[in-house]
Amino acid sequence: MDVLNQWAFVGVFLLLAPIFPALPIGAATLLRPKKPNVLKSQTYECGVETVGDTWVQFRVQYYIYGLVFLVFDVEMVLLFPWAVAYNQLDMFAFGAGFLFIFLLADALIYAWKKDVLVWK
Amino acid sequence: MECVGLCEFVTSLGVSDMGLALFLGYLIGVLLVSGVPLVTVIFLIWIERKIAARIQDRIGPNRVGPFGLLQTVADLLKLLAKEDITPAAADRLLYNAAPIVSFASVVLIWAVIPIAPGFVGVDLDIGALYFVAVASLGTLAIMTAGWASNNKYALLGAFRVVALLVSYEIPLVFALVIPVMLAGSMSMVDIINAQSHMWFIFMAPVAMLMFAISSQAETGRAPFDLIEAESELIAGFNIEYSGMKFGMFFAAEFLHVFTNGILIAVLFMGGYLGLFYQFPLLGFLWLGLKGGLVYFVFLWVRNTVPRMRIDQVMRFNWFFLVPVSILNVILTALVLKLLQVWGIAPVNLAESSLLGVLPMTVILLLKDILMILFILGRISQEGRRARLDAERAHEQLLTAAAGD
Repeated sequence: MDVLNQWAFVGVFLLLAPIFPALPIGAATLLRPKKPNVLKSQTYECGVETVGDTWVQFRVQYYIYGLVFLVFDVEMVLLFPWAVAYNQLDMFAFGAGFLFIFLLADALIYAWKKDVLVWK
Repeated sequence: MECVGLCEFVTSLGVSDMGLALFLGYLIGVLLVSGVPLVTVIFLIWIERKIAARIQDRIGPNRVGPFGLLQTVADLLKLLAKEDITPAAADRLLYNAAPIVSFASVVLIWAVIPIAPGFVGVDLDIGALYFVAVASLGTLAIMTAGWASNNKYALLGAFRVVALLVSYEIPLVFALVIPVMLAGSMSMVDIINAQSHMWFIFMAPVAMLMFAISSQAETGRAPFDLIEAESELIAGFNIEYSGMKFGMFFAAEFLHVFTNGILIAVLFMGGYLGLFYQFPLLGFLWLGLKGGLVYFVFLWVRNTVPRMRIDQVMRFNWFFLVPVSILNVILTALVLKLLQVWGIAPVNLAESSLLGVLPMTVILLLKDILMILFILGRISQEGRRARLDAERAHEQLLTAAAGD
């Protein structure tokens, strides 16, 4: 099976996968009662009416976690080819991979020292 | 399941158009592969509830059908007949899409899982990377659900959960590097074949532990179940969901735990390979046995340990799991390279023999044990220092109070 065919299979899977959960949800729309009223479709927050806009600015901490994650995740994608070719690598390429991991660790130590990883 | 075979089967039924035959072949293949998780999820819910009940000294569902086996069916019927309330303020499109994406992301993982010899959806060259990519879709679904609900609790819960899931993905992926490195391939079938003489769990127990811990966090199970911290967030991101959509989130969670068990079986325990001799058709039994064992441990942990606070969970990840998993990658790479240069470790594990892989297994195992001992030593040191600091602070408080 060539590469294109493999990805065609993944494509078909991608098209079909949402149908499996959508089917019971669709079947439910036929069976379930549907009597919405103003009170019922209010936002549910402990019975008290919600105050102000929900989509407000959020804490910067979440953004920092996202940023640190991005550093790791992007570099991780580049680490995988190194791991695959590991058995055939000469010493230079092997060392280059190490330099790369140390850069990663460096980012972690920087974030650590800056104290941004502690949940406050 | 070889796709070529399925295409031939479709052509033999009288479909002459090549493209159509290919498409139909894929269609049947997808249905076969995704049928496995879709059928198991119905029983998983029953198993999960039974085991949880036994651990908590209850009996669990035992009324509907023999041993309560049909309980899930009854629940399903109930969920189908439940009114589905969409809050007026919600973003309707995203609100409806989130449970579908959540469930689909878990089913999609099964595309690359080899269920039995020759029965794999598609043996992608980058199977491991595909798993990482598809599993992240679940995080996206949670964020979408929290955002689209237009509810402050849901949004807060979603932020928290995404911060947690994103953080625990780092040790998960780092742990995944180890089997890829040992097998020299990202294809799941190659990873299984590389374990035909020795399972990776013996070569890299630390990586397996890291993978298991982060998978437990990825599925939002105790001690990492901040997803549904009832006492703080009511229910978190799914507070506005009801009826079948609510059910879909939970079905996705149950299936995700089992899928992680199966993945650990594939990556570290030899997947469908039997222990000594195996009849090829019984591969799925071996996989089910190993995956079921890991799944049971997941449930056991879930029902035994209490929930951690969010700051503890984050601390545990960033100051313990991530550094240890990086250290693990570095050490494993170094030791393995040295062994290969000295000729102790065979380069191609699949074509070696038990005697060939034994020395490297022993050395790698020794390395992992030494690493665990070193880390435990550091932890107990840190713990002692923290305790002494606390005691000193307490004494200072006491003397200050006596001075007043």
